[in-house]
Amino acid sequence: MGKSTFLGGIHPYEGKELTMDKPTTVLLPKGDLVFPMSQHIGAPAKPVVAVGDHVLVGQKIGEAGGFISSNIISSISGSVKAIEKRLVVSGKLLESIVIENDHEYKTVEGYGNERDYKKMSKDEIREAVKEAGIVGLGGAGFPTNVKLAPKNEDAIDFIVINGAECEPYLTSDYRLMMEEPEKIVGGLKIMLRLFDHAKGIIAIEDNKPEAIKKFKELTSSEERIEVQALKTKYPQGGERQLVYVTTGRKLNSKKLPADVGCVVDNVTTVAAIYMAVAKSTPLTHRIVTISGDAVTNPQNFNVPIGTDFGEIVEAAGGFKQQPEKIVFGGPMMGMAMYTYHIPVTKTTSSLLGFIKDEAAVEESPCIRCGRCSEHCPLQLVPMQLAQAGAHNDEERFVSMDGLECCGCGCCSFVCPARRGLTQKIMQTRNQILANRKKAK
Amino acid sequence: MNDLFHVSAAPHARSPITTRNIMQDVVIALIPASLFGIYNFGIRALLVILTTVLACTVTEYVYCRLMKKRVNPGDYSDVVTGLLLALNLPASIPLWMAVMGGVFAILIVKMLYGGVGQNFMNPALAARVFLIISFPSQMANFAIEKISSPTTLDYINSGAAAALDSVSGATPLAALKAGETVDLFQLFVGNHGGTIGETSALALLLGAGYLLYRRVISLRIPLTYIVTLAVFALLFGGHGLDANYLLGQVLGGGLILGAFYMATDYTTSPTSHKGQIIYGIFLGVLTGLFRIIGKGVEGVSYAIVIGNLVVPLIDKATRPVSFGKERAKVEK
Repeated sequence: MGKSTFLGGIHPYEGKELTMDKPTTVLLPKGDLVFPMSQHIGAPAKPVVAVGDHVLVGQKIGEAGGFISSNIISSISGSVKAIEKRLVVSGKLLESIVIENDHEYKTVEGYGNERDYKKMSKDEIREAVKEAGIVGLGGAGFPTNVKLAPKNEDAIDFIVINGAECEPYLTSDYRLMMEEPEKIVGGLKIMLRLFDHAKGIIAIEDNKPEAIKKFKELTSSEERIEVQALKTKYPQGGERQLVYVTTGRKLNSKKLPADVGCVVDNVTTVAAIYMAVAKSTPLTHRIVTISGDAVTNPQNFNVPIGTDFGEIVEAAGGFKQQPEKIVFGGPMMGMAMYTYHIPVTKTTSSLLGFIKDEAAVEESPCIRCGRCSEHCPLQLVPMQLAQAGAHNDEERFVSMDGLECCGCGCCSFVCPARRGLTQKIMQTRNQILANRKKAK
Repeated sequence: MNDLFHVSAAPHARSPITTRNIMQDVVIALIPASLFGIYNFGIRALLVILTTVLACTVTEYVYCRLMKKRVNPGDYSDVVTGLLLALNLPASIPLWMAVMGGVFAILIVKMLYGGVGQNFMNPALAARVFLIISFPSQMANFAIEKISSPTTLDYINSGAAAALDSVSGATPLAALKAGETVDLFQLFVGNHGGTIGETSALALLLGAGYLLYRRVISLRIPLTYIVTLAVFALLFGGHGLDANYLLGQVLGGGLILGAFYMATDYTTSPTSHKGQIIYGIFLGVLTGLFRIIGKGVEGVSYAIVIGNLVVPLIDKATRPVSFGKERAKVEK
């Protein structure tokens, strides 16, 4: 059964108080919207519209390009202006559909229609999720319909809903939990219909007592749903830590949650499932947190996917001081970008502006203090892995389980010598995995 | 705002703890013991402290300059070494010997092996052992010029002969070895002979408390070390459950200084929790062998220096099992 907490982990400055108690603002974009064809893990989607076409809210503009892929849905109405390469958060230029907003927000037929999911078959539910273009919205972007169709659905006995939101500063999941909790519970009920033997666990870190209270009230009469308060510690929202703490089961890098009888989804994803299945509303919007000490009015915005982050920053009052660093995602695992004029995608949960770049520090020699391994949530020895990586000693790296690293960043965070351990380990890991793929 | 923003790999947040403030904390923790040493042994102790600290910092600076390496910008590790070395020396040591010790610690033990984090032995202790071997009589001259309590004088008188004969030996331990009892209160406060920094358990524990509070060190190594030695003394000391003898063993020599400040040196101690406990036990047994079974009266320095050599082995043997990589247990 569940555990009180996991070994290792850290307690960084949370910074959630900047935004957590402010209601989400709905933002309508002024400029063009950009829809990259790859906002998920797997094959990019293929554009199914042409330049000059008129599109509506909820219209499929990109079709899944394979089994592990996802549809791309237009979040506004307007005309397709271009299909060209555009900059995304990873720094890559990806094929994107650019749509000129006509500000009319005309929807496709049937958009928003109520549907009784209790009358839908399992396959119909999965199909609805697939059509809606839902992927893991916590950041991973794994196509949700694939996750909902494991090899043996009878073997699934836990559906774990991730409401940990352990990354500092981010509060988009929290705002959703506070403002629309019934969507999350509804989504979970739909998921429970897919897995007859499963129990649902809504897992929330105990730094969000209001949300815990809310969900306990909402689910008090639900036999198959339980709310679990988790000890606040980063990376509690990591898949392996979450499954361990809620079910006592351990995953390693070679196992999927389904291998230990679990399906794990983020609260925002679950709410999207509800909207897709019960309200015929595909994934077109998401909540993003705009925060950090450089932002004038830190808060959450509900925006159409494809909106330029520049517009959202403007809506938040811009920067009160020139930030040194802009991070998309949380400060622990998010990506830094040299510009903030990139589109909101399904998986970008935030933009953080920091006046000072804490990571802009010089490395000094390792003093073998052991903090990195003490705080590693996977019980690895980061300093030795980083050393093996620096020496290109792949054999040693693999023998010390370097491939297990999940890149959570705890080792770099605690290192008093400011060494870029996570970066070195992830670089070596990715290189080894890429070489293996090539060799196949 | 057209300026480009910083780009780097995650994570973008860093804990406020740096090597520099860890080392500063160690220096702060050593202040009570240093002050007591100066109070106990007079101005001469201060001279020794300043000499070794200066010798260490200057050696590191000159080495880095000559080897065209970047001078480590004040990470204080050289100051820590200098201070620890001074606290491990008798106040009466000729200053040129103290300089030699400092140069040996930094140049031979630390810098030639690659600088901070690369030394395989604690530089201060290695230097102490080097000085003990080179200058046995000066290193065992624990004469105090400034003595207030008659009981301490007794220790000196009774232990002097033994202390001079042995290569090392703090005087209360010599008294114990000679089968005498010691005044535990004086022992705790530190009004007795010994090296500059080892005499006052009170001052040392004060600093250790600070290090524990700041989480610079944990109790794993010091506690297992001290407990193991006490158990060893209980079993093989020949005094049975004699509180005076056991506490004398714990408080009387360099054990408190060694256990809290030198056995916990990051670079030369194991990193895993399990390894640290094994290491503590190893040091306790080794010290017991030197002090109780062997002819010597001290043993902490030798035990730690030898323990340092075993650390890579302990580290290798106690590497933690990665999460989810345990041998599959049968699920219920």
